[in-house]
Amino acid sequence: MSARRIFARPARFAAIAPYVWMLLFFLVPFGFVLKISLSQTAIAQPPYEPVFDLTAGWTAIRSAFAALSLDNFKLIGSDDLYVFAYLRSLTVAVTATALLLLIGYPIAYGMARLPKRWQAVAMVLVIVPFWTSFLIRIYAWINILQHDGLLNQILLALHLVSAPVVWLSTDTAMYVGIVYSYLPFMILPLYATLAKMERALEEAASDLGAPPWQVFWLVTFPLSLPGVGAGVLLCFIPIVGEFVIPDLLAGSNSLMIGQTLWLEFFTNKDWPVASAAAITLLVVLLLPLLLYERLQRRQLEEQ
Amino acid sequence: MTDELPGTDVAGADAHPAAGEPLLRIVGVAKTFGTFRAVDGVSLEIKAGEFFALLGPSGCGKTTLLRMLAGFEAPDEGRILLGGKDIAQALPHQRPINMMFQNYALFPHLSVRDNIAFGLKRANMARADIATRVAEMVALVKLEGLEKRKPDQLSGGQRQRVALARALARRPQLLLLDEPLAALDKKLRESTQVELMELQRRLGMTFIIVTHDQEEAMTMADRIGVMKSGKLAQVASPRELYEAPRSRWIAEFVGDINLFDAESRLRDGHRLVIGTRDAGALVVAEPREPVGEGKFSVAIRPEKVKLSRRGPVAEAGHETAINRLDGVIADVCYLGGTTTYKVKLDTGGMLQASVANTARLDVDAYSLSQHVVAWFTPDDCMVLPS
Repeated sequence: MSARRIFARPARFAAIAPYVWMLLFFLVPFGFVLKISLSQTAIAQPPYEPVFDLTAGWTAIRSAFAALSLDNFKLIGSDDLYVFAYLRSLTVAVTATALLLLIGYPIAYGMARLPKRWQAVAMVLVIVPFWTSFLIRIYAWINILQHDGLLNQILLALHLVSAPVVWLSTDTAMYVGIVYSYLPFMILPLYATLAKMERALEEAASDLGAPPWQVFWLVTFPLSLPGVGAGVLLCFIPIVGEFVIPDLLAGSNSLMIGQTLWLEFFTNKDWPVASAAAITLLVVLLLPLLLYERLQRRQLEEQ
Repeated sequence: MTDELPGTDVAGADAHPAAGEPLLRIVGVAKTFGTFRAVDGVSLEIKAGEFFALLGPSGCGKTTLLRMLAGFEAPDEGRILLGGKDIAQALPHQRPINMMFQNYALFPHLSVRDNIAFGLKRANMARADIATRVAEMVALVKLEGLEKRKPDQLSGGQRQRVALARALARRPQLLLLDEPLAALDKKLRESTQVELMELQRRLGMTFIIVTHDQEEAMTMADRIGVMKSGKLAQVASPRELYEAPRSRWIAEFVGDINLFDAESRLRDGHRLVIGTRDAGALVVAEPREPVGEGKFSVAIRPEKVKLSRRGPVAEAGHETAINRLDGVIADVCYLGGTTTYKVKLDTGGMLQASVANTARLDVDAYSLSQHVVAWFTPDDCMVLPS
């Protein structure tokens, strides 16, 4: 089929557009990163070798291919620094996502139970913080959490503590920052699922003898699982790769993988190892996604 | 108070009223939403084993009343006594009442079996008993072989059966049905009506159905309560409701009716002669309740009106006080079993007559513009306050 015939039909073009997009902006860059991850670092421009030079002829390209190796992946697998960074990223992501779910669910549930006209207001309140730059909001938290910040002033004024508490550069501060930043991503999909749930289902459960907590666990929660899944994924995946929040709010004694990547790339100028770390991260992130997808497909097949 | 309720008692037999006592007594119940008085002082008694229908147009408060019986709304005023106990403020899960929801409200994540067993598990019934009861219910609503299906793998009619089985499984003292057949197509609805009636009689259970479909209410119910603007307009058997409606509004809501506004009246023995503008003087039987001073109308159901080419021949020795009105056929509507004619009366009004098509080849059918005589007896006329 010629290009002209494809583009002659807008509907067909619309159908292939996402694939073109994926090819151009995901697969091609991914190919570059993959190639760099198999290269060796070098003091050169660009800072790795071999470099494919299509004008250098067939033999040069063949030898360039032969120079690729998995050494960087072996390094990442064997060096504690990376392994710990991955583990820490996963721990932080799991903990933060659990916190987000615990905080976000009641909020979403409450929103979905508001009278219709108040739901829109609540929705705006959830989204409004996004209108301020993310960095400014994190800096605001630094202000609140620092030694003579708002939080310590309040605690001291209320005589809850006798001396300022160290908040900044702790994991607590990091979790506060992450939960604060990602809460809308948890609330919105949960709210969407809960708001469209038929109220009669909960009434039916209670009519059939279920006290309120059973209505929630036997009907409301199971039926909101698609929203829970979406919210968890929307939060978990970016949190694993989170760089800014831990860098600004957490201490520097243990790094998340995003920070490690940054160090390799900009401080050590080791593009190949940074690329290998990025690709490993991608694989780590893809696993839960594929799992979720398989689960969903099985559910669909059951139906 | 609520602790004493047999809400978790699946058999629910201990709270049955003494013989002759009504199962359910609704006393002066009212419910207001904002400034809208959805239910406005309703009092009603329902006997055990009765099939009762709440009938009314949308927004008349029938669903709100039903939801107060189920416990989804708490009445602002009044009492709801079930077997002598006031349950007005009890929560839904504490009541020995179950409800079949309008759109069934089946749990989409549970199989047919688990949907039916849901209420039994909440009552802490033994596993073996649950299995027996579920099998019994599945057989009752003829769903054998579909136990493992999820609701979205069922047809509309099957879903309706699951909803019924689920609501019946706990053997409630009172079953509430909220427009249970509204989602079914006409044929299925009619056969399901009959099945519901048979089921109710067989189980000896008390049913309260909410519907806006007067035919459905008339077909199924022993008694019908017609609601209008939050009040019960009339509670009567289907026949009484149709043949002796208490007001002009009820007469118009239940079935078709011809209405002629009265302008004057004269007593003639045990009959009244009522002058109307559109149909002249009409002779009507003296109504059971005396006509008050206010405005009123003469009403006649279309099927009580007979048509002929010439006037009826008076039987010898029989008192003839037949109303006969001359007119011209203005509209013919053939409906299969019956034909509805609109007759333009010489006196100016319009009269609708419904004639049964008793013969396949009806050479005598009336055609447009044909001159006819419409006639009906005084006993077929009703006198209704406006």
